[in-house]
Amino acid sequence: MAYLTTHPDVVPVVSYRFGKGAVDIDRYIELEGYSSVRKCLEMEPDAIINEMKTSGLRGRGGAGFPTGMKWSFVPKQSAKPKYVLVNGDESEPGTCKDRLIFEYDPHSVIEGTMIAGLAIGAKMGFIYLRGEYRYLINIMEKAVAAAYAKGFLGKGIFGSQHDFDVVVQTGAGAYEVGEESALMESLEGKRGVPRIKPPFPAVVGLYGGPTVINNAETLASVPHIFRIGAAEYAKLGTERNGGTRLFCISGHVEKPGVYELPMGYNLKKMIYEVAGGILGGKKLKAVVPGGSSVPVLLPDEIDIGMDFDQVAKAGSMLGSGGVVVLDESVCMVEFALRTIKFYRHESCGWCIPCREGTDWLQKSLTRLHMGGAVDKDINNIQYIAENMLGRTFCPLGDAAAMPTIGFVKKFRKEFEDHLNGKGCPYHPAADYELATV
Amino acid sequence: MAAEKTTIFSPELAARFDRLVTLYPVKRSALIPMLLYAQDEVGYISDAVVAEVAERIGIAELDVRNVVSYYSLMRTKLVGKYHVQVCTNIACMLRGGNELLHHCSQRLGIGNKQTTADGVFSLEEVECIGACSWAPAVQVNYDFHENLTTELMDKVLDEYRAKASK
Amino acid sequence: MADVTFTVDGKQLTAPKGTLLIEACRQAGIEIPAFCYYPGLSLQGACRMCVVRLEKVPKLQTACTTPVAEGMVVTTESPEIAQARKATIELLLGNHPLDCPVCDAGGECELQDMTFKYGAHESKFVEIKQHREEQQWSPVIYFDRPRCILCYRCVRVCGEGMDVWALGIQNRGAGAVIAPNKQDHLECEECGMCIDICPVGALTSGTYRYKTRPWEMTHVSTVCTHCGDGCKTTLGVRRANDGMEIVRGDNRDKSGLNGDFLCIKGRYAFDFANREDRVTQPLVKQANGEFKAVSWEEALDFAGKKLREIRDTRGGKAMGVIGSSRITNEEAYLLQKFARSVLGTNHVDHHRTADYPSFVAALKASQKQEASIADFGTAPAILLLGNDPTEQHPLLAWQIRTNVRNNQARLYAVNHELIKLRRQATSFLQIEQTQYAALVAYLGGNNAALAGNAAAAGFREALRKEESVVIAFGSEYRGRDIEALVALGASFPNVKFACLGDYANSRGAADMGLFPDLLPGYVPVGDPAHFAHEYGAALPAEAGMDIVQMFDAAERGDLAALYVASEDPVTRYGVDPTALKNTFVVVQDMFLTATAKLADVVFPAANLYEKAGTATNTYGDLQLVKKAGDRAGVRSDFELTVRLAGHMGHDLKALVPFGKGVRSDFGQTRGAQSGEADRHAVWLTAHHLEIKTSPFDPFAIFDEIQRLVPAYDVPRLDLLAGNSEHVKSDLVQIQTGASRRDLVLPANDTLFTSGTLGEYSTMLHSVMESKVQNPAETAAD
Repeated sequence: MAYLTTHPDVVPVVSYRFGKGAVDIDRYIELEGYSSVRKCLEMEPDAIINEMKTSGLRGRGGAGFPTGMKWSFVPKQSAKPKYVLVNGDESEPGTCKDRLIFEYDPHSVIEGTMIAGLAIGAKMGFIYLRGEYRYLINIMEKAVAAAYAKGFLGKGIFGSQHDFDVVVQTGAGAYEVGEESALMESLEGKRGVPRIKPPFPAVVGLYGGPTVINNAETLASVPHIFRIGAAEYAKLGTERNGGTRLFCISGHVEKPGVYELPMGYNLKKMIYEVAGGILGGKKLKAVVPGGSSVPVLLPDEIDIGMDFDQVAKAGSMLGSGGVVVLDESVCMVEFALRTIKFYRHESCGWCIPCREGTDWLQKSLTRLHMGGAVDKDINNIQYIAENMLGRTFCPLGDAAAMPTIGFVKKFRKEFEDHLNGKGCPYHPAADYELATV
Repeated sequence: MAAEKTTIFSPELAARFDRLVTLYPVKRSALIPMLLYAQDEVGYISDAVVAEVAERIGIAELDVRNVVSYYSLMRTKLVGKYHVQVCTNIACMLRGGNELLHHCSQRLGIGNKQTTADGVFSLEEVECIGACSWAPAVQVNYDFHENLTTELMDKVLDEYRAKASK
Repeated sequence: MADVTFTVDGKQLTAPKGTLLIEACRQAGIEIPAFCYYPGLSLQGACRMCVVRLEKVPKLQTACTTPVAEGMVVTTESPEIAQARKATIELLLGNHPLDCPVCDAGGECELQDMTFKYGAHESKFVEIKQHREEQQWSPVIYFDRPRCILCYRCVRVCGEGMDVWALGIQNRGAGAVIAPNKQDHLECEECGMCIDICPVGALTSGTYRYKTRPWEMTHVSTVCTHCGDGCKTTLGVRRANDGMEIVRGDNRDKSGLNGDFLCIKGRYAFDFANREDRVTQPLVKQANGEFKAVSWEEALDFAGKKLREIRDTRGGKAMGVIGSSRITNEEAYLLQKFARSVLGTNHVDHHRTADYPSFVAALKASQKQEASIADFGTAPAILLLGNDPTEQHPLLAWQIRTNVRNNQARLYAVNHELIKLRRQATSFLQIEQTQYAALVAYLGGNNAALAGNAAAAGFREALRKEESVVIAFGSEYRGRDIEALVALGASFPNVKFACLGDYANSRGAADMGLFPDLLPGYVPVGDPAHFAHEYGAALPAEAGMDIVQMFDAAERGDLAALYVASEDPVTRYGVDPTALKNTFVVVQDMFLTATAKLADVVFPAANLYEKAGTATNTYGDLQLVKKAGDRAGVRSDFELTVRLAGHMGHDLKALVPFGKGVRSDFGQTRGAQSGEADRHAVWLTAHHLEIKTSPFDPFAIFDEIQRLVPAYDVPRLDLLAGNSEHVKSDLVQIQTGASRRDLVLPANDTLFTSGTLGEYSTMLHSVMESKVQNPAETAAD
């Protein structure tokens, strides 16, 4: 059972309705639901976009692109229909937040989608959930049906001149599909392989028409922005990082959970106060601040505010807000290996550096972890990762390369301790199987 | 629509698929949901499923197979009635995911991607299922089981075993 | 398209807006390596070899997906780029197997070439390589997954290029594979495009696999001997016990009028040449009905004396000559000259597959032009009437598809069958098989002609909006119907025409006068103009018998002699074998065909791959044919005809103007191996001595052809360079309005049949057998 965790520092904005029965549409309406979209129906599209810019909302999926700016890229005129696409593929390891929105406040996603549609001139939205989230797809479909029943969706929404349709779509198990152009490919019934960019989705997207793609949490935040006011939302966070977000804290902490905290909240505080400190009182070894795709941080690097800019300055990324905490019992080589194993499994295979690089890295790290490596193998791991960085067709290559480079750089000694037949000091009888095809 | 169109699916599912292709601007968008729901009913994506889905969508069987082979949830072989998917990605690994997998393997007597002889359980090591803060976690078919220990896992398996016997 | 100016490696370049950076650089001579980028096919951006540094852009960009922009500053050579290319190759060579010693691609492999130029000198990879077993996907196609670099060229050429879509990509990540449409095998047109487009040895050919190395072969560019498209095929030949064996055919150098393209026949169906059961010795039929191998002198002496005797006693009117659609222009020309000036007969014919005489007459009457095959690649609109190019003229189909795909050309097709090309058609109209003439009337405004065809009006309306059209028509149109068609076409502001006939030199046979009533250049025999002077008083004035009439005459006992050159009319026309029992038959051919079996004398003939000369494709494109293969004992049709004439006592210098031609400068058949310069001629010239060519030199005849057939008087430079020259159709002389018997017998070949050659191709047979076992699934529309 997935649930929201609370703490005095929690600021419930996107999670405002969690646990209050908002799945039921009437309850949702009672809780100011669908009031924001009604407001937006009276606004000009540019005014909606300006509000979004004022709010300082940045993509909650991982890239952190300013939402208002993204919406403004959609051309006013278009020969082809425009679309809103909700990215509910949530597959970044360490991330489990969109799940809660689907489970406890599905209508907020629908409402956010509709507002985006009004802003860009789209008449159709797709809410794409990863295939594993089947029970949530069921909840979302029911919510959509309820909205149709009330005339909030379909022709003449809320009695206006606007039409808006929503289709809920299931994925089928592929991390790469979380990449926006691969997401479109999957929605179009194809293999989840990304597209050549430019053109960007805002200009040429779904079925060739301009498309705005936003993470589910991003869109779920939109009605709340209009509910509390864009400026107020912005104030909750830090400069250029407005609002709050759902942080998923996991790993070796006493109180793992999903907490809604203001942007810029201190990471050290998050771990030691909100999440109750290291599990069993052990020592902290490392923190992955934003999902497995970002470089790891050492204990002396975590005294930073968790917003996009501050974490970037510290040499990592805020990413999806998946904070994974590692204590002294973790073998960093094993951790690096497990990380790479994920990317190797998920690589779509389109381009040479990612497809071959992740495979090579997994094999090398496996061998190294088991003790079969010599010193130059560490350099080679670094070499492969560095030569994947920035060379791949899509950011998955970077997502595999950056953490690897970080592990080798910051935990070199630990890698060296495995060399020359010594194997893993933490797990002497490690039994990782080689990836089978 | 021909009155006597043959389908390998149940009438309800066939009707659902008839409707599904009308939801999208382009029919092909119905492909992935159709394949998954077909798999739910048939148990796996058989050659017959591929043939009928290809016809419904209006694409070649090769194109259907290209898509099927890409997605992790799509299977071309039967699995157990209860497919136990144990996550061993980083958050779950830190909270005992590997041990849990090992335990399941021992308890069920099968390895990764194998099925018990009676066809009730199958086991698979999977990537992150989105339950990181409630790790370690397991999915059995589409059901989530979180905050697990080996003891709790045994209870979960017992419940499914009981369901299977009914 | 306005030009933009940009800088590459400090050099300023201009290119039309929208040009891809990789193309602009290549055209300026700046090499940018790429695996997945392939001109004419969709962009991939997958291999990352073509990355370049663009000023102000943080990440390296792929040149293949970047259009040039005004003021762009590009670096393609720098330590950073060198490292990027090196690393890409290193990553690729990780899982790539060390198969070079045994891989077919060794020596002509793009990965090898790139590794030498851009790669690391040693490998860091010490892990276990991914492995999958090799698979045979069809009689022709083998797939080795370990060698595959996933450049997706094969998938694209099969789909976009050939419109077959038999290859797909399956699985994910490092386990990704190229997969055939039938799970473990391919149902496709077996064209082999995928094999030749594969930059490495992942896709290899079943006919060539493990046979030899590229540097062990001599490569000769010549013209395919099969259909009327006239594709260039580069034959790889190698010394064998009894000659030069053809080991493979391809068009990797992308030269000629077919560029990339070759079909299964051009690529693989050369194996008839290597058969054991070829006739390699002269054969004379004995009294007991069996053949006996004899010496050349004996056979020629016997045949020559006999023919002379028959001519002197019964006259030319009792003698017939049947030529072929797969001999060169020179051989066809010589054959009719032999018939007319040596035998004194106009009973000359060949297997006609299209009504070329009516076609050129109509062109002359309407003053309209003929289309070259190249025009089908550039025309904004194409009208295709009848024919099924996918099967019968695969290059035409390729040109049309490429034109539609890349230039948005509009195809209008009419057929009684649902031909595959309708998938590319802007508008497709299905009619009855009997309505082809009616169609032309309808398009001209006669609504009643296709009354009842609901789609016809829309088709006509769309078509009539076109201003520039290239019209191709099949053998459904003959005689007056062609006249009407050309007249209709003339109503478009810009129009060109193509008449689709079968076989490699059916057009040449027609142009060179293998007709009972027409001389070369469609000069009527009754009004021979300059030919009278050329051939002398022996030139008979009355039109002779056509092929069917000849056999009828034989049956009556009126045909005393028949000379057949590389043709099998008994099979083609279903002639009763007993019809020739009172005829002295001389046959030259490769095999003991049904016709050869009835002969009194059989001479071993060479095929088109074993001789030099010229050939004309059905569109009027003239090309050089070069000698590639060789077989001990066989002689070219040309030589055989000359020798026969010699043994009849004829003055060879009158037959073949060797030694006097001003433009005799090829000199290829004087024992010189294919492709070699005629060093002797060069030596003679350098020493101010007269070049003496032999009577077996086809280019001495070519001189005469160029002199006497104005349409063929084209410059030779392009021909020598291996390109085509379009004949000047408008200079063909013909008596317009004459009505002639319709003797067109279309070959109705498919991709897997090719007349006599196909019968003797084991390779084509094995492909057909495999298809019978696995009936094809038609591509979804």
